[in-house]
Amino acid sequence: MGVGRLSSHQTQGAVSTLVEQYKDLPGAMLPLLHAIQAELGYVPDSAVPVIAKGLNLSRAEVHGVISFYHDFKTHPVGKHSVQICRAEACQSMGSRQLEAHAKALLGVDYHETTADGNITLEPVYCLGNCACSPSIRIDDDIHARVSPERFEQLISQLGVSK
Amino acid sequence: MTFYIPQDTTALALGADAVAAALQAAGNEPVRNGSRGLFWLEPLLEVETDQGRIGFGPVSAEDIPSILDALSDDASAHPLYQGEIAAIPYLASQQRLTYARSGEGDPLCLDNYRRLDGFTGLKNALALSGQQIVDQVKESGLRGRGGAAFPAGIKWQTVHGCDAAQKYIVCNADEGDSGTFADRLVMESDPYQLIEGMTIAGLAVGATQGYIYLRSEYPKAHQLLNAAIEKATVANFLGDNIQGSGKRFDLEVRLGAGAYICGEETSLLESLEGKRGMVRAKPPLPAIEGLFGKPTVVNNVLTLAAISTILAQGAAAYQNFGMGRSRGTLAIQLAGNIKRGGLIELAFGVTLRQVVEDYGQGTFSGRPIRAIQVGGPLGAFLPESQWDTPMDYEAFAAIKAMIGHGGVVVFDDTADMAAQARFAMEFCVAESCGKCTPCRIGSVRGVEVIDRIVAGENRDDNLILLHELCDTMEMGSLCAMGGMTPFPVRSALTHFGQDFGTSSQDLSGSGDH
Ligand SMILES: Cc1cc2nc3c(=O)[nH]c(=O)nc-3n(C[C@H](O)[C@H](O)[C@H](O)COP(=O)(O)O)c2cc1C
Ligand code: SF4
Ligand code: FES
Repeated sequence: MGVGRLSSHQTQGAVSTLVEQYKDLPGAMLPLLHAIQAELGYVPDSAVPVIAKGLNLSRAEVHGVISFYHDFKTHPVGKHSVQICRAEACQSMGSRQLEAHAKALLGVDYHETTADGNITLEPVYCLGNCACSPSIRIDDDIHARVSPERFEQLISQLGVSK
Repeated sequence: MTFYIPQDTTALALGADAVAAALQAAGNEPVRNGSRGLFWLEPLLEVETDQGRIGFGPVSAEDIPSILDALSDDASAHPLYQGEIAAIPYLASQQRLTYARSGEGDPLCLDNYRRLDGFTGLKNALALSGQQIVDQVKESGLRGRGGAAFPAGIKWQTVHGCDAAQKYIVCNADEGDSGTFADRLVMESDPYQLIEGMTIAGLAVGATQGYIYLRSEYPKAHQLLNAAIEKATVANFLGDNIQGSGKRFDLEVRLGAGAYICGEETSLLESLEGKRGMVRAKPPLPAIEGLFGKPTVVNNVLTLAAISTILAQGAAAYQNFGMGRSRGTLAIQLAGNIKRGGLIELAFGVTLRQVVEDYGQGTFSGRPIRAIQVGGPLGAFLPESQWDTPMDYEAFAAIKAMIGHGGVVVFDDTADMAAQARFAMEFCVAESCGKCTPCRIGSVRGVEVIDRIVAGENRDDNLILLHELCDTMEMGSLCAMGGMTPFPVRSALTHFGQDFGTSSQDLSGSGDH
């Protein structure tokens, strides 16, 4: 995920390359935004005019799309993404307590990053693991039946973040 | 002996990789199969032996040495021994059509797919005209499995009848409802079935391009689908001149970006076109003016997967299952606070009580079941008096509930139904596309009003206000997001009024406001 320390010049270069690569795809916007985010960790403001030009849209339209979707981040995020499922099946198995525990343990609220830049905490609405709730996702791995103790174990494997 | 350990999301989430590593360390390279959907047994280790295919579960890496010992002696003596897989009652009693192959082998192995009757439907379809395929689908009685239950054949007929140079097949793999994983299980355990169904749809209506709109919450399905499309293309089941037929069909996966509303078909199309996922007014129907303004079939994963079965086994065989106007099988997804959660494929008509008691064996916590939410976040909470309703679209509609995509979420008696009602409104706040005021603003007000009721502020007035808000949302919303969020809210009020600090008589909303 996010490299975070690219110069603005390098960022622009990366964005331009991706815009060139995707712009002729039908419905290029979402694949392009995902690609930019995969490369940079977020979609920087400075990418907006480049995307707008490449896809022949106004900047307002590009902003509109980015802000509509929960996935797209407009600011740098932590090295790891930790998502806690807030949907009903997980609620029935104690996800409300789990989310309170997670916020207290990490000292952040949803959409915030730990002070050491290691973890960004996010809510998610269902990971399709609802028969073995509560569920969380750490980067691309999903974990089942996550008790508060299990959560602590999993977090400790990500390095320090308190 | 051949060992199998699944690579499906739930099995992985329960430690299947560590089990696989332990097997490898002991010199047994396992096949990474899909899952049977018996999630309460995952990770489920299967072993092909002289006595047939037997299972152990739920298994952790530490159990491997003792299982290997037992296998060289008396397997049935092991505490995790489950006997012959096909005889496990949870599985043996199901009527598996869509999930017949699920868990049998490596989901990406084309030979395995063909050995288990895969691509038979496609082969049959290639010998038919487009209209003949559409007729088969109509005859089968198949209704859309995404929630709205619209007859698939009628939708296809419309697209078939459009005169256009370009048409599209769009698979709705947004599976946003809590408590659902049936689409995921198909995509992760039997992805060629979906590819086959979409190709048949393309042949039926004359479309050469398909898109699978997949939610970004499913990274494993994403990886497996892409790999399956690549292999199917190399083997000429996709692409140009499919199996020498002269027919073309190309397929691409597109990722969503964490918006529940993009499961609604017109919002999904906007999103695929690269826009905000704002719901479109209908008409025009997507079948006539869909993706990029072209005639488009939008169907759920399970609808398209069922097409493979229908074309392979015949419309009559499929329509023999079910009751009333609900034909075929329903993929019930048993989830939440349940001892034995998983995928249960049965003909329509089984009761909810049979599902949660016979299959589920009650709650995971061991406490009594209090409420069951069927059909996702827009579905009603059902009290015990309604659990004998057969799972059939019409029977559920008659009690103001819905089958939806088949998700069944169980809550035990510690559930706070006022908190659940509040969450329903809160979810609508977070996920509304913003087009209609009743949905966008009404849900914000809904959260506030529920908070006041629970806090005991002007309770009577606020209860009337909440019902009025629900009326406004139901009547003034363009789609079911705003239009059905009142269902869980009102059912919580009606059946679980004590959680709002009031007796349920005052709360039914059938009064004189
Ligand atoms: C708010 C909302 C969310 C929806 N989410 C999904 C979904 O995640 N998956 C799905 O297949 N259909 C979903 N639908 C239903 C689709 O609009 C549409 O009916 C379906 O894709 C048609 O395919 P089918 O006829 O095969 O069911 C949703 C509808 C609404 C109103
Ligand atoms: S009901 Fe809600 S989600 Fe549906 S179109 Fe209206 S604002 Fe959008
Ligand atoms: S509700 Fe949490 S994984 Fe589905």
